[in-house]
Amino acid sequence: MTLQEPKQSRFKKSHINAIIRYIILIFIGFILIYPILWMFGASFKENADIFGSVALLPPFERIVWDHFPAAWQLSTHNTIAFYYMNTLRFLVPRVLFTILSCTITAYGISRFNFPGKKIFFTVVIVTLLMPEVAFRIPVYVLMRDLGLLNTFTSLWIQDAFAVNSFFVFMIIQFMRTIPRELDEAAAIDGCNALQTLWYILVPVLRPIIISVGLFTFMWGMNDYLGPLIYLTGAENRPLSLALAAMVDFDVLVPFGRVFAAASLGLLPTIGIFFACSRFFVESVTNSGGKE
Amino acid sequence: MSAPADNAAKKANVRKKIKLTAYFLLIPWFLGITVFRLYPMVMNLYYSFTDFHPLGEPIWIGIENYRHMFTIDPVFWPSVRATLFYVLIGTPLVMAAAFFIAFVLNFKLKGVNLFRTVYYIPSILGGNVAVSILWVRMFHPIGPVNTVLNTFGIEHINWFGQPTFAPFTLIILSAWQFGSVMLIFLAALQNVSPTLYEAADIDGARKWRQLFAITLPIITPVMLFNSINVLLRHFQEFNAAALITGGGPLNSTRFLNLYIYEMAFPQLRLGYASALTWILLAGIGVLTAILFTTSRRWVHYSD
Repeated sequence: MTLQEPKQSRFKKSHINAIIRYIILIFIGFILIYPILWMFGASFKENADIFGSVALLPPFERIVWDHFPAAWQLSTHNTIAFYYMNTLRFLVPRVLFTILSCTITAYGISRFNFPGKKIFFTVVIVTLLMPEVAFRIPVYVLMRDLGLLNTFTSLWIQDAFAVNSFFVFMIIQFMRTIPRELDEAAAIDGCNALQTLWYILVPVLRPIIISVGLFTFMWGMNDYLGPLIYLTGAENRPLSLALAAMVDFDVLVPFGRVFAAASLGLLPTIGIFFACSRFFVESVTNSGGKE
Repeated sequence: MSAPADNAAKKANVRKKIKLTAYFLLIPWFLGITVFRLYPMVMNLYYSFTDFHPLGEPIWIGIENYRHMFTIDPVFWPSVRATLFYVLIGTPLVMAAAFFIAFVLNFKLKGVNLFRTVYYIPSILGGNVAVSILWVRMFHPIGPVNTVLNTFGIEHINWFGQPTFAPFTLIILSAWQFGSVMLIFLAALQNVSPTLYEAADIDGARKWRQLFAITLPIITPVMLFNSINVLLRHFQEFNAAALITGGGPLNSTRFLNLYIYEMAFPQLRLGYASALTWILLAGIGVLTAILFTTSRRWVHYSD
């Protein structure tokens, strides 16, 4: 590249660069989304149109409309709504308690000076890296001794005690950006610690609290192992277990119906994701960038 | 309230109270860490030396579980092998895909936000049981994957029937979820000061050289952060292996996390499962330690 290079060719070069990038991005984006679209499309297909077909939609005259109504009646006794409700019965407390306990803990660790503060923060960092499998069996034994097996409580009780260090850490990082003078001013004005948290900090923390809630919700919707271990009774079966029973479905079943059920299983997640994608993308972006 | 002295005394009083308040606020967390983290960790070690059926109490048997695992159990070594294969192939693949896309996206393009959102969708859905249903069909002998491969002249691959191919269905599923890692890379790339590139341009450094001399060194701390996360994620894969391949064929996808579950819950051998847990933890520990110790050589901390 010489200095004499005409301006026009430079302009062209950057255009070509952009076009190549767009082609790569659109191509990869299509590959990434294709499986999901294929599944939605297959929910309207006959078996013959599913096998060996890469088409997203069936020929118009063969569109099957009743896979979705049939999938709604997921099992002989229950509609899909029943399984959704069971999922929500542990997921709603999980989301609320995670937000509550992690916010209070992050507040306690980051906004006060007290002996042991550094050790506490270290404990948060160390537990951040500890995999869940390290506690799985003893926690199961603990739940057995507490008589909590086959209860929804077993799936959220830990979250009431701020055990998710990842979220505690995320909130601490966010809190550091809020000036501490605000707390002191509130304290002098007669706010107690919880009032300070509620009236002064929580309004500022809103985006991170929403992110924590959303992540807890998404991971909970995907949680299969937890219900598999703890929710053994048919009356408590959540959506993830109901769908798991359909993975090895029989060839005689209309495939489209199974795909319709799977699509119904993903719909709330996708809906909430698009409604709140800003929070997801921003909080993931921040989680690695800040030291 | 006019005297400043009055205010100062009040402040001191408030500070004293604050200490107690902090401990008070941290009671739930302290209980949680002790009861659900510390105590279980210790008990897990103890259980690994016992024979423990969930309806009874643990019976001390010394190192018998470990001896059985290393010398008799025909599934243990294949399971270790399957786990390592998945971790060692999957982790670099996710990292490379994530970095490549972040690199392509790090450009003044219209619609970057849309791409970011779309690429993130698989990360949100990937662990869902519904996606496992989908994956089984995608890689079905007459599913869309084979249909596409056929047009390139690649004949009929039996993805779930052969130990050579089955792990790749899960590795591809994991690579599909590169979005969250990519977003972290992208944020790091966008933080690289443009003046560095301008200086390199003036010096006549080629774009390729700029990538290796400027971009990569600057984002090495993020690279370390991401690789540890991705490594941990791969070591703990459960849903896909349990639902899509069921650990087969010939244990080629029976990852330790799945094997631990199978021993503990369907088989009710809690002691043995606890011993297996320590092998998984050791694996995580060793690879993380390798990353950390070598990081002194390849991670550059600028400021």
